[in-house]
Amino acid sequence: MSPVIENLDLYVDGFLTSLSIIVVAMIGSLLLGTLIAAFRVSPVPPLRAFGTFWVSTFRNTPLSVVLFFCAFGLPELGINRTFYFFGVLGLILYTSAFVCEAIRSGINSVSAGQAEAARSIGLNFSQSLRFVVLPQALRTVVPPLGSVIIAMFKNSAVVGAFGVGGDLWSTGQTLTSARGYETLPIFIGVAIGFLLITLPAGAVLQVIERKVAIAR
Amino acid sequence: MTSRTNGEPLVRLSGVNKWFGELHVLQDIDLDIARGEVVVVIGPSGSGKSTLCRAINRLEPIEEGEIAIDGERLPEEGKELARLRADVGMVFQSFNLFAHKTILENVTLGPVKVRKQSKSDADRRARELLDRVGVSAQADKYPAQLSGGQQQRVAIARALAMEPKVMLFDEPTSALDPEMINEVLEVMVGLAKDGMTMVVVTHEMGFARRAANRVVFMDGGRIVETAEPETFFTNPQSERAKDFLSKILTH
Repeated sequence: MSPVIENLDLYVDGFLTSLSIIVVAMIGSLLLGTLIAAFRVSPVPPLRAFGTFWVSTFRNTPLSVVLFFCAFGLPELGINRTFYFFGVLGLILYTSAFVCEAIRSGINSVSAGQAEAARSIGLNFSQSLRFVVLPQALRTVVPPLGSVIIAMFKNSAVVGAFGVGGDLWSTGQTLTSARGYETLPIFIGVAIGFLLITLPAGAVLQVIERKVAIAR
Repeated sequence: MTSRTNGEPLVRLSGVNKWFGELHVLQDIDLDIARGEVVVVIGPSGSGKSTLCRAINRLEPIEEGEIAIDGERLPEEGKELARLRADVGMVFQSFNLFAHKTILENVTLGPVKVRKQSKSDADRRARELLDRVGVSAQADKYPAQLSGGQQQRVAIARALAMEPKVMLFDEPTSALDPEMINEVLEVMVGLAKDGMTMVVVTHEMGFARRAANRVVFMDGGRIVETAEPETFFTNPQSERAKDFLSKILTH
């Protein structure tokens, strides 16, 4: 494993860049996905239609295509940002569709009577969602949402491949192709880097799952 | 309690029609409910009585006609509808207490979020109401820890906390074990005596006799007969009502 040790500083930089992509994309896709899920169950037909359109678009398009559109399509429309921005944006858009569907399944698991009771005491649609339906939906949603988020962590490697640079995946790429290191040890190092993120994330998920289950 | 008789009914349904697909569940319903009046809606299952009750706060939208509460026409979706619903208490067959909130929080949620009361005011008022319906000892428990009868009484307290103009009861005792029915009915009779305007969908003849001003008998989506409870139970006019009563009273 000496190639990894020799380049430990590069790995640490790569790890931190990957971590920042992941954290920003996680917050962004959770917020956006929840909003789109609210659209999908809203009583307003145009919002529902928009939500359905959003999910069908981003869930059914390969991530690499979404990233192409963001990284190379948006600049053609005159939107100029860094590759980091476009990469994270693409990852958020793509992941939001999956977050939305996980949350919507949770919303559907809450009995209709809960929402009816919420509306009956005068809560409006977004209040019923916030105070009554979503808190109960999140309980059933933690395991599937966790899978979606961990899949997103791994997809961040694809974002790296789109020229963001400096993340774990590109670090491995640089070391093997530009500097001639052997692939096997270098990419074992990359894999370890990802595991250092995903394994603790899995443990955190279990803690959250236990916590929301007890609150009943 | 004397009702403020300014002639205007508190709830007015005029020419109401509703369909579930092909099924015409509410047919030309006209019904006025005065302030302080207690109306019991009775009828065989599928007669549209629950739908009628749920239409009054627009949990069921109607296709034709008009429903007005305190002279104000029920709005379509949105803020206005939420505001109007806050004035209409609803008690469900299946209680529908918020499962993730304590009993106290169930009662204070509406007052705090909708009426913008302070937490402490809402808490104090909620405890009074829980005391009134006899479940104050359970205030810090979760709904699943209570019996059905207790849950339904909490549901009544939750509705009362909004200080509604009218209370709707959609078969409030149908999901209860027999020995719990009375504790809920007692609370409802108490409300009726205090002058609350109530629309009650129920099969409880005893409640109708004790507390109702009027019985509305529905069948096949129509109001077939309207009468005072005693008259209705002893001397129903329509064949359909006679038939229905003979089936439920012979046991």
